[in-house]
Amino acid sequence: MTGRYHAPFAAQGSHTVDADIADRLLRIALEKGGDYADLFFEYSVSGSYAYDEQILKSARRAVSMGLGVRVMKGDATGYAYCEDFSFDAMKQAADTAAQIAAGGTPVAPLEVSMRDTPSRYPVSVESFEVDGEAKKAILERADRAARASDPRVVRVDASFVESIREVLIANSLGHMAHDRQPLIRFGVRVIAEDVGNRQSGSSGGGGRMGLDYFDGQTPEWHAEQAVQQALVMLDAREAPAGEMDVVLAPGDSGILLHEAVGHGLEADFNRKETSNYSGRVGEEVASALCTVVDDASLEGSRGSINVDDEGQLPTRSVLIEGGILKGYMQDRHSADFFGATPDGHGRRQSFRSHPMPRMTNTMLLGGQDAPEDIIRSVSRGVYAKKFGGGQVDISNGDFVFSLTEGYLIEDGKVTAPLKGVNLIGNGPDAMRNVVMLGHDFEVSDGIWTCGKEGQSVPVGVGCPTIKIASMTVGGTQVAGG
Amino acid sequence: MSKPEAEAQALVDLGRSVVERAIEGGADVAEAGVQSGSHLSVKVRMGEPELVEEAGSRALGLRVMVGQRVSSTYTSDLSEAGQRTLIEDALELARLSESDEFAGPPDPSELSSPSQWADLETFDEGVSQISADEALSRALQGERAAFDFDSRITNSEGASFTRARGVSALVTSGGFAGSDHGTYASIVVNPVADDDDGKKRSGYHWSASRYYADLEGSEAVGKEAARRTIAQLGARKLPTQELPVIFDKDAARSILGLFAGCVLGGAIWRKSSYLVDRVGTRVASDLVDILDDPLLPRAPGSRAFDGEGLLSRPNVVVEGGVLKTYLMDTYSARKLELSSTGSASRSSAGGISPSTSNLILKANTPSRDELVAQTKHGLYVTGMMGFGFNAVTGDFSRGASGFLIEDGELSHPVSEVTISLNLDQLLQRIDAVANDLDQRTAIASPTFRVSSMTLAGS
Repeated sequence: MTGRYHAPFAAQGSHTVDADIADRLLRIALEKGGDYADLFFEYSVSGSYAYDEQILKSARRAVSMGLGVRVMKGDATGYAYCEDFSFDAMKQAADTAAQIAAGGTPVAPLEVSMRDTPSRYPVSVESFEVDGEAKKAILERADRAARASDPRVVRVDASFVESIREVLIANSLGHMAHDRQPLIRFGVRVIAEDVGNRQSGSSGGGGRMGLDYFDGQTPEWHAEQAVQQALVMLDAREAPAGEMDVVLAPGDSGILLHEAVGHGLEADFNRKETSNYSGRVGEEVASALCTVVDDASLEGSRGSINVDDEGQLPTRSVLIEGGILKGYMQDRHSADFFGATPDGHGRRQSFRSHPMPRMTNTMLLGGQDAPEDIIRSVSRGVYAKKFGGGQVDISNGDFVFSLTEGYLIEDGKVTAPLKGVNLIGNGPDAMRNVVMLGHDFEVSDGIWTCGKEGQSVPVGVGCPTIKIASMTVGGTQVAGG
Repeated sequence: MSKPEAEAQALVDLGRSVVERAIEGGADVAEAGVQSGSHLSVKVRMGEPELVEEAGSRALGLRVMVGQRVSSTYTSDLSEAGQRTLIEDALELARLSESDEFAGPPDPSELSSPSQWADLETFDEGVSQISADEALSRALQGERAAFDFDSRITNSEGASFTRARGVSALVTSGGFAGSDHGTYASIVVNPVADDDDGKKRSGYHWSASRYYADLEGSEAVGKEAARRTIAQLGARKLPTQELPVIFDKDAARSILGLFAGCVLGGAIWRKSSYLVDRVGTRVASDLVDILDDPLLPRAPGSRAFDGEGLLSRPNVVVEGGVLKTYLMDTYSARKLELSSTGSASRSSAGGISPSTSNLILKANTPSRDELVAQTKHGLYVTGMMGFGFNAVTGDFSRGASGFLIEDGELSHPVSEVTISLNLDQLLQRIDAVANDLDQRTAIASPTFRVSSMTLAGS
């Protein structure tokens, strides 16, 4: 164990939780007749550094820890948590959660034993172990590079966030697992001004890694990306409105897939038959070009996990293969319902929240086309380069995305930058309209956070250049462009 | 459960001790926020309990300054070791930060004291006493009412009932000590219907209040949720066009929320708002009056003092369409060479930034139905999707759903379209404001109409 920040419940901590304590608490949790219980011990510490107006203006740190106890009886969940690891506090949480099954017959849990887990984020030096001055220096480099790059840059904000999340999970199926999940995220945002016109640009990245991230993507590189985006947007014109072809850039555009398809394939919505993909395994739900996977195993990726928050081991799940729906992303509860194997998608924001099926790294795999051929094939359309975010209505797949950087495509060439572009459509329709896929698959840099029912978790996305025939572009220009 | 006043005193004492220790450790300024809360959340689905969650929670947030170097720390670990880490980390991080000439606490003469604080009726002991069984039965009633309303309601995302209670304290080395307590109860019902084209339509309705007696009945919430869900059946796109748009009060609130983010002092000095340099100029049509009022009894955003201890006061933000002020904390006021408007908000993690309290677009006289009747052809928006707003430029474009208006009546439902117009122009094109304002949310607006926007569809 390294460093000053480690969990009190871990092996050398002040309140070590071993198999014996876990067994005792699980027995209490199932005392009222529950048929499944799990314990989720969590210790998390996060730090953030904000560089603004050429000084490190504020530095923050937060420690949060507790135990969440979940008891299930059929489809019903009892949940309680406590914020200290005294046995009395933990017992009380287990008692409270147990009440969901009041009146049932107690069943003893299986004795827990520690699971072997993979090592998908081997970090030689955790960010917290590095002196704060080094992080200040990284932010300073980004600031300096952005300011030096163009006189129209009037503001630069750079930020660095680091976190460690240590978890220990024990469940009544006899599984116990431990994980220590590092995460960093860097971002730079600039504002450029030119004769009264003002635009912003941003760039960022990170993942489950240490400061060696910056050996690959330097602060200067991100600063340049942010500045270029702001400058391009200074010249942006009003976007066209209406249906047209859309080409999505590789990497970041995977967020569209995450929203438009991924959420609808989370098994809870399908168990409840509230997803537009309910009952459609084996059917064609996308063009034959499309293979979609959710893969928790990418080394160092923001969405990767060694073990999920229910103690299950995540694998690479094939969701859609050659356009055919293969299966859903399962947590333990839904896997039980579907008679499937839990595939490690049970995730939660913290010990204060119960787990549900969530994505890890969701990706549309690459195809055969050269990216330049894809653009050349479009006579009039939009090239979507960077996304600000999106939202989907799970029940029918309708989605909306906003672009932070987009361009007009005219006669097979990327031309004028556009402002205020939204893409609106329907997940299954858009997937059926995928007519070309590039051979340039990329995983997005680590910036995305997914929200569901008020819980946020870090995720990864990836895709190649994608051509979607006919999507609604929400701009302001009704005719012309 | 202990009386909130007694609990508040314990939190003030803890805050005071942390502030003293931080000052002893070398801080020139220390401010501690202490929070304690408990909640019960239940969810039912298809007539059966799905979730019962109950827990209590406590946390400490600390902001310190060494000279004008600032840091903040947070912990949920209130043990002696946890408090020590909180204070040591804060001091270490403050020494890493660089001196900011605008940093500093408010002048002690600006701080408020208990005799000045109004009773804003934010706490109802009755909410704390709602049992899990009662919460489950309220949620079940709500869901059943939705199913009973119309046989086309075939499925459900469930119904939830939540009660929460919170007590918080703020102690600063500048001499402020105060506490606050509040309760909240809410119910939401989320039915699902099958549309003819094979699509599912999910809708919802909710009620929330600080006092249990003010909460809308479960059956009424369930019926309204079902009515909204059924009304969206058969929704279709419209052709791309320019047309008048009526935002119902939920959608209007969402528009007002975008404006709220742009009127905060932090966005202004960062030049991250299209409202930079606009005080005294027209930012909306003359029908628009916007007030930020933290002193409304029983309202969700009410508070007697702000996050720095200044006395809360109503601020007229827009009067007759003219921007009168930004909303500022001490820091943003110094950056802008103005005075704080008592709008500081302290996050649980210890950071401070300006925020709105109860931001209200004032109601006018016509009813919502009159607005629709006066509109020959237009779009009536009930829901929006996506994040298509650029605060720096005001560019706005979001997905919208609702109804086509034909000859002054709501006609078929509409979905999968976007509506676009720069927010500056949108607010200036408001040509009618209705009378249907309610206080359910901290940002609240009546229904209003915008004379013309771009709709992108088929």
